[in-house]
Amino acid sequence: MYKDGEEMKTIIKALTGNGAAAYAMKQINPDVVAAYPITPSTQIMEDFSMYHANGLVDSDLIRVESEHSAMSACVGASAAGARVMTATSSQGLGYMFEVLPVVSGLRLPIVVNIVNRSLSAPLNIHCDHGDSMSARDLGWIQIYAEDAQEVYINNLLAIRLAEKVKLPIMLMQDGFITSHCVIGVDVLDDATVKKFVGNYNPEKTLLKDDITIGTLALTDYYFEFRLQQIKAMNEAKKEFIKIDNELNKIIKHSTGYFEEYKLKDAKAAIVVMSSTAGAVKEVINDLRSKGKKVGLLKLRLFRPFPYEEIKKALKGKKVIVMDRSISLGANCPLYSEIKNSGVSNIHSIIFGLGGKNIYDEDIKDIFERALKNKLKEIEYIGVRE
Amino acid sequence: MNIKELGYKDTKFVSGHRACAGCGFPQIVRTILNSTDKRVVVANATGCLEVVSTIYPFSSWKVPYMHSVFGNASSTISGIESAYKVLKKKNKIKNDIKFLAIMGDGGCSDIGLQSLSGALERGHECVYVQYANGAYQNTGVQRSSETPLLSNTTTTPVGKVHRGKEEMKKDIVKIVAAHNIPYIAQASMAFPEDLSEKAKKAFETKGPSFINVIQPCVPGWKIDTSINIKLSRLAVETGAWPLFEIENGKFKLNYVPEKLKPVKEYLKLQGRFKHLNNKEIERIQKIVNKEWEYLKKGDFWGAREY
Ligand SMILES: Cc1ncc(C[n+]2csc(CCOP(=O)(O)OP(=O)(O)O)c2C)c(N)n1
Ligand code: SF4
Ligand SMILES: [Mg+2]
Repeated sequence: MYKDGEEMKTIIKALTGNGAAAYAMKQINPDVVAAYPITPSTQIMEDFSMYHANGLVDSDLIRVESEHSAMSACVGASAAGARVMTATSSQGLGYMFEVLPVVSGLRLPIVVNIVNRSLSAPLNIHCDHGDSMSARDLGWIQIYAEDAQEVYINNLLAIRLAEKVKLPIMLMQDGFITSHCVIGVDVLDDATVKKFVGNYNPEKTLLKDDITIGTLALTDYYFEFRLQQIKAMNEAKKEFIKIDNELNKIIKHSTGYFEEYKLKDAKAAIVVMSSTAGAVKEVINDLRSKGKKVGLLKLRLFRPFPYEEIKKALKGKKVIVMDRSISLGANCPLYSEIKNSGVSNIHSIIFGLGGKNIYDEDIKDIFERALKNKLKEIEYIGVRE
Repeated sequence: MNIKELGYKDTKFVSGHRACAGCGFPQIVRTILNSTDKRVVVANATGCLEVVSTIYPFSSWKVPYMHSVFGNASSTISGIESAYKVLKKKNKIKNDIKFLAIMGDGGCSDIGLQSLSGALERGHECVYVQYANGAYQNTGVQRSSETPLLSNTTTTPVGKVHRGKEEMKKDIVKIVAAHNIPYIAQASMAFPEDLSEKAKKAFETKGPSFINVIQPCVPGWKIDTSINIKLSRLAVETGAWPLFEIENGKFKLNYVPEKLKPVKEYLKLQGRFKHLNNKEIERIQKIVNKEWEYLKKGDFWGAREY
């Protein structure tokens, strides 16, 4: 770890979001990686395969025949004592679905990069959060990244967090917008990453211990298993901050559960996740220069959800929650949670489904109407009736 | 290994499980596990074997065992075997370990077929075993693709119009053989030395191996609890379940009686075939005869005409 005042050993690399995920995976050097292609996450596995082909990682790379098998192989490898990672999007996550609660139920610390893409039908390869949101109640920690830089640090953080609390983690980034956009990313040197993630030494594994994993537990024990998971999730919330702080000492980019952008004195605040936060910041700068008190809360940690902290940060503000996914027949996922945290003056904006663009003017208009009390409770942006 | 040696060995699959009285798989599992002295890690698909042997907080398994879901025993073992290779290279694991993926006919030939095929193609070194009881027994005897022709199951019931399962059994061994893996065998618990020898060979095979073992099921086949071995024997003696091996592509019949017994002797002890009339029994007999002719000539692959 770096001492105060010591210079950080980062260099800047031009990376896409996918490239940043693959680069972090290369440095983490997992024991086993399962690979199956799907747009827009494919490049993560292609880059990683190249690292593998060039002997830059020690990982066993399993080129499975489906995502169901990708996640199944990850489960087996993780139970055998390996550090395990994979990546997917959309239908691929859907194909893994059956195995996802097995991973969390068995308390296996698998880390998956999810490049957000809308779900079929209609078939669409562009970004919305419908895929990962549909998996939000399966016992996985969920962290959303704004850009390739956050993708990189989230991968490092996730390995530590998953193994600490024995829960799997999904790391989200926006399909194409983040995954295919090149930016300068501060990266650490390999040795520092190696030291930060440390070795994985699980207490019991299939290869060393005569254990039975994946039992049948009926009315007499099932609930108890679930309670353990609930406790682990609560623990994950505390550990997230600790590890995030530790990471901040070696690479300055992490922002806790959420980033507050000009939020303190804001009258109206947008709450949003992932790449859209970048556009919102631009608009805030513009509106602030005109004297309008607007701000942003960009959420990183969606599961476990930091209710109290969010309530405190948004106290007394007009809150506009922007969801890039829907829950048909109910409130949108992010909006629901913000509302649940006890925020009262609140609006729901639905945008960007299937990759539909949102423009600065849209965001500006939302802020301005919010300040004039002209925003409806629920609004859809950029869609034809 | 002879039957006495097998019997006296410490068992790695112990009593206390809740399989039906007279169920065929406990002996099969015990025999296979006792056919190697190496450490074995097991992956098992959802199904009767899993459900009766791992009721928390108990387990019948004295070896490391993992169950995940119904259709993924083969991909689960892929991951375990991959982890083994890496951790061994990194010197974190020192001893030699063998792998067993064991599945019912549903978990192997139906919902798990893709996962099995992927694992075989990738070459994960493991013994893949189908315990073939010919239906989804755990959920109450629904037909699988491995259910024999004209069987009465709860989804192919015998009624006024339909007479049980109207389709032929899927030939899983041929599907597996098409993956060109080094060792494949078909076996029966009524021939324990043969089964054990095959399991031993399979564990010693470099690369994937596959064993298809017939397993009588008491409620599924509607049979007496005392006759699972008798039926396992009759299946072989009538030619309904030939014993064979395919070693590096070479086919060999392991049991060739002077004359096959009539298949009726095998069918008549089973309630699932109780409804069969003479014509239907004759139809099954013809199919068995024809298949036996081919196999006796060593013709495993040739086109079939029934
Ligand atoms: C995805 C999924 N579909 C259905 C089931 C219900 N189910 C559990 S076991 C089983 C049948 C198992 O049949 P088989 O593999 O032949 O094993 P057996 O019970 O006969 O030993 C079924 C249909 C399930 N557990 N998972
Ligand atoms: S239902 Fe059949 S396969 Fe299942 S335990 Fe009973 S006898 Fe065995
Ligand atoms: Mg079955």
